[in-house]
Amino acid sequence: MIELLIMVIKTTVVFGIVLTHVAYTTYAERKIIGRAQARMGPMEVGPHGLLQPIADFIKIFFKEDIVPINAEKFIFQIAPLIVLIFTMINLTVIPFTSNFILADLNVGLLFILASASVSVYGIILAGWSSNSKYSFLGGLRSASQVLSYEIALGLSLAGVVLAAGSLNLRDIVIAQHNTALGVYAIPQIIGFVVFVIAAFAETNRAPFDLPEAETELVAGYLTEYSAFRYALFFLAEYVAMYIMASLCALCFLGGWTIPKFITDILPFLDKVPGIIWFAIKVYAFIFLYIWVRATFPRYRFDQLLNIGWKVLIPAGLVNLILVAFLKRFM
Amino acid sequence: MVELLFGYFAIVIITSALFGVTRKNLVHSLLWILLMFVHLGGLYLLLNAEFLAMVQIIVYAGAILVMFLFVVFLLNLKEETKEPVFIHSWQGRIYGVLILLFFALFGAFTYKKTHTGSFTIELIDKQGHTKTIGTALFNEYLFPFLILGFILLVPLIGVGIVAVRRKANGTS
Repeated sequence: MIELLIMVIKTTVVFGIVLTHVAYTTYAERKIIGRAQARMGPMEVGPHGLLQPIADFIKIFFKEDIVPINAEKFIFQIAPLIVLIFTMINLTVIPFTSNFILADLNVGLLFILASASVSVYGIILAGWSSNSKYSFLGGLRSASQVLSYEIALGLSLAGVVLAAGSLNLRDIVIAQHNTALGVYAIPQIIGFVVFVIAAFAETNRAPFDLPEAETELVAGYLTEYSAFRYALFFLAEYVAMYIMASLCALCFLGGWTIPKFITDILPFLDKVPGIIWFAIKVYAFIFLYIWVRATFPRYRFDQLLNIGWKVLIPAGLVNLILVAFLKRFM
Repeated sequence: MVELLFGYFAIVIITSALFGVTRKNLVHSLLWILLMFVHLGGLYLLLNAEFLAMVQIIVYAGAILVMFLFVVFLLNLKEETKEPVFIHSWQGRIYGVLILLFFALFGAFTYKKTHTGSFTIELIDKQGHTKTIGTALFNEYLFPFLILGFILLVPLIGVGIVAVRRKANGTS
């Protein structure tokens, strides 16, 4: 009984921390993009606009929840919930430090891939049930995009699994820490690049945000959504960004550890708690997300699929073969 | 506790499979089948087959069903079929019931509580399900595995040839 209570408290703390992060990621995104475009970003609410995300959230929850008259009502209403639930569930298998993990699954990596592949249904169904051309096209685009890039993502992670010899995320980090370089991003540089690009496409972020390309599709699958259902999609997108960032940190950048050759030179860095290293890596990846959004133009849809099938998947296969040879002969 | 969970999964699987084949709207029936696949994964988890459970969800729910959904969308099958029933002849219904009965009885009579063979529960517990399945697949069953790979390669090449021919004929 007491264990269950501790579990509930732990889960609440993790979810609370992540949701706060999501709120302030929107703020950081607006600030960074503002700076990139020589503007100030939000400045009015609170000092330097620091209360802006709170104001936004309060506002969006007081809006009217509109369901279009020709929509499939039930599916329209549960679609954002599917996306959010299957994204948030991933937080349970991510090890934040060496001993803080909600559920230590043996197949943690596969769990993340599985729930990512289910959460795409929410987007497709949102597009279909809205009964609007723009939403439908957005949903279709999302379906083909996620299908294509999931293969590339899986291939790049297969290299990591092969090198670490485990599907458990904690074991992957420990195996990584025991190698000479301490991170898999250096020996598996091809896999790392493939992972980063596929992660951008999987979360429907710029420059691959074609399901919600506003110049062509109004807002894609989000067109008919309003009020808190829109907010749920929004939340899910940012949580998915954090999941991908954590996955990148765990599988390629060493998770909560830093390479041994650094701690050999600077031994005092061993005293720093692991959660700080983990947070730094995750923040760096989130910053990359925002930076890319501020910098790159959006791809055309055929270009997107060509990159996925003709560049990333062969590169992922090459990486897998290289890792297999490294593992066998070194 | 395990029996309770099994009962839940079994009931949901059967009802959602039934709904999956009886709904008139194709998207609705695909959604019921999605529910069935996810619960099938849960059933594998109850058997301590965590790798199989995750692969079940990734492959069936994540890839194949999305492909079905995609086909339904592309062919624009949004209008519901007007026919009230799919099977008209009474012989067909009797055959259907007989087949169902056969499988139910077959399952009931071949049910074994203990598994005998080289892959015992203790072995799987000791070295983990993923590792067991990997060693078995790539040592004992390597040849069937390779043949399966070739069989899957054939439609891939076939689809490519069809697409290339269409393009060459200019009827894409």
